[in-house]
Amino acid sequence: MKNIWNFFAGTLMLISKGSKAYYCWVLFLLVLMAIGASAYVRQLDEGLIISNMRDQVSWGFYISNFTFMVGVAAAAVLLVIPAYVYEWGPIKEFAVLGELLAVSAIVMCLLFVTVDIGHPERFWHLIPKLGLLNFPQSLLAWDVVVLNTYLVLNLTISIYILYNLYYKREPNHNFYTPLVLLSIPSAISIHTVTAFLYNGLGARPFWNSSILVPRFLASAFCSGPAFMLLIFLLVRKYTKFKIKDEAIQKVAEIMAYAMFINLLLLGAEIFKEYYTATVHLDSFQYLFQGLHGHSALVPYIWTAMIFNITAFFLFLVPSTRKNPITLVIGCVLVFVGVYIEKGMGLVIPGFIPDTLHEIYEYSPSNTELMLAMGIWATGLFVYTMLLRVAIPILNGDFHVADDGVSSYIGDDLFFVRQENGEEEEMVTEPKQVGE
Amino acid sequence: MSEITKVDYVQHRSRRKFLKGLAAGVGLIALPSKDAAASVWDEFFQKHFRELSRDELKGVITRLEKDYSKQFAKQVTVKTTPPIEGVLYGYGLDLSRCIGCRRCVYACVKENNQSRDPQIHWIRVLQLDKEKGVDLSHAEQYYNPEKVPEKGHFYMPVQCQQCEKPPCTKVCPVQATWKENDGIVVVDYNWCIGCRYCMAACPYGARHFNWGKPTLPAAEMNPVTHYLGNRPRPKGVVEKCTFCIQRTREQPGRYPACEEICPVGARKFGNLLDPNSEIRYLIENKRVFKLKDDLNTQPKFFYFYAT
Repeated sequence: MKNIWNFFAGTLMLISKGSKAYYCWVLFLLVLMAIGASAYVRQLDEGLIISNMRDQVSWGFYISNFTFMVGVAAAAVLLVIPAYVYEWGPIKEFAVLGELLAVSAIVMCLLFVTVDIGHPERFWHLIPKLGLLNFPQSLLAWDVVVLNTYLVLNLTISIYILYNLYYKREPNHNFYTPLVLLSIPSAISIHTVTAFLYNGLGARPFWNSSILVPRFLASAFCSGPAFMLLIFLLVRKYTKFKIKDEAIQKVAEIMAYAMFINLLLLGAEIFKEYYTATVHLDSFQYLFQGLHGHSALVPYIWTAMIFNITAFFLFLVPSTRKNPITLVIGCVLVFVGVYIEKGMGLVIPGFIPDTLHEIYEYSPSNTELMLAMGIWATGLFVYTMLLRVAIPILNGDFHVADDGVSSYIGDDLFFVRQENGEEEEMVTEPKQVGE
Repeated sequence: MSEITKVDYVQHRSRRKFLKGLAAGVGLIALPSKDAAASVWDEFFQKHFRELSRDELKGVITRLEKDYSKQFAKQVTVKTTPPIEGVLYGYGLDLSRCIGCRRCVYACVKENNQSRDPQIHWIRVLQLDKEKGVDLSHAEQYYNPEKVPEKGHFYMPVQCQQCEKPPCTKVCPVQATWKENDGIVVVDYNWCIGCRYCMAACPYGARHFNWGKPTLPAAEMNPVTHYLGNRPRPKGVVEKCTFCIQRTREQPGRYPACEEICPVGARKFGNLLDPNSEIRYLIENKRVFKLKDDLNTQPKFFYFYAT
């Protein structure tokens, strides 16, 4: 117990230290979080009427962001599988960073759902025994279960490993391996269940298509890794943490395959809708061409299409995949492309036209934008804090001091541009400190 | 009838409003004042309607009646009348008679204490082309001519279809909405968390959300209410047509307000289990169809052509 407290006290000390850039970044996030919080207070007071959602389009920007973030969270398995199942060293060294990203993403998911509901104070109605969780009937109940399970699993695994490394102990393989193995199907499940949530509604033909789940998974395996790669490239540039090129290359390669499957499935869906051209085509038309003069999403979806296809080729061709600049461009394109396609591009056309074929064009209100920005900042803040602790531990810069009580902190700055050529193609250096 | 304005709220937010919001937020954290405290906490910890014991239910009803009576400065009753044994409600709507006057819409608003601003209507009347028939992709809800019916058009009111297999109740994560034994789909406004999944699931646009705080002028408030029906709603919960549960479950009962007001007799209401009821006669003898039959929601709302 005392050890846990000492560890915790040490981490508090650690996160309070950092370079100027680190402080600026954290302060910047805190400001955005405060703006988001003030928007939320206003929304609590006036109700969701200060969003642009209405009965016709009853879910909007919040749920779009939620859906996208579930994908980012699920993508951590792309590190977990090679790391723990195939014991592939280059990825195993930083798989824990993927798990922490999953934690931050799930925190964002939960926040996005919380701000979307009309009575957040009644959350306890969702707790089994205390409230009345409609399990297994409601897919939303399933989502509550799997999201929380996934959160707890990732928190447990990563904290357990980091905690042991801090105390210079070898993490007990027998304890965390079963949890890691369990986290793989549960990552798949969070995205499957989230897709089912839309999929199971006969009232909404746009979502009621059997390839929605594979589409979700394929796009998650693009967007999540894209976000991770961007962060890892930053981490490698601005912290003392080393990530091997081959690990980054491997992830980029997986993304190329995932993007291919994603585009294939989307194409299959578009073919089916346009060729049969039933009344169910309306939502696709709204999204891709505009319907009866309403075309708010059209420029976005075409941007997404162009981004996704460009990124696919950038990742497919080995030379552009290996080039650090095109790699970064590809990641940004995928991230933005999937954010549009699996965010607003997926949620909004489900409601347009609505079930009585009315068209209500939706775009997020200022409050929705500010609040969403606040939640993004919160997610990044959580991830920054987790990395602030995890990276020095993995580097051996943060561990228990020789007296067994206080902490040794060897990385006071954390956030500093690293001089040595990280952009070079690193020839495999054999000796690397394992976990 | 009076015009429906497409809801288009101008977002006007002054600094004062912002400060008010901030104060309200802080107020949320602070404990409620001594007088209101008991009521607020009772409401917060209130159990699901169907899990309340007889005594607890009594307490809840007393509290609600007291709160509403105070709020609207008149004696408000909140009934909990259970379903009548051997009754399954069914509704018939004669498309050959409906003239699209929307009297039902406003009678419903009045009877069921819907919010006047923002406007909530449980009944939506669709104007359709005679040439195209029941084709929702050509439906117009915001028709507003001098006089109805207009040449070449017919009208189709849509409200909750009280499905035998309601997709909305299935998806609710907290069982805040369910189908009663007499077939009426109800919502416990004190249990609904406001996630709006039911609205995504409903194929008929029958569910409505209180996006803002509902406004209901005290003078116009109908004080005869049912817990699962027309009692005043808080903001942030979903509401819907209940076949006027506060009227139809009474013995002797009354017809739903929309049925009662219809000037052309297009609306029929009755017990589907009674072989001699008018609704049974219509189903057996007229050309009847159910809206979006292919979704297998099995509505108990029947559209028919009497002539």
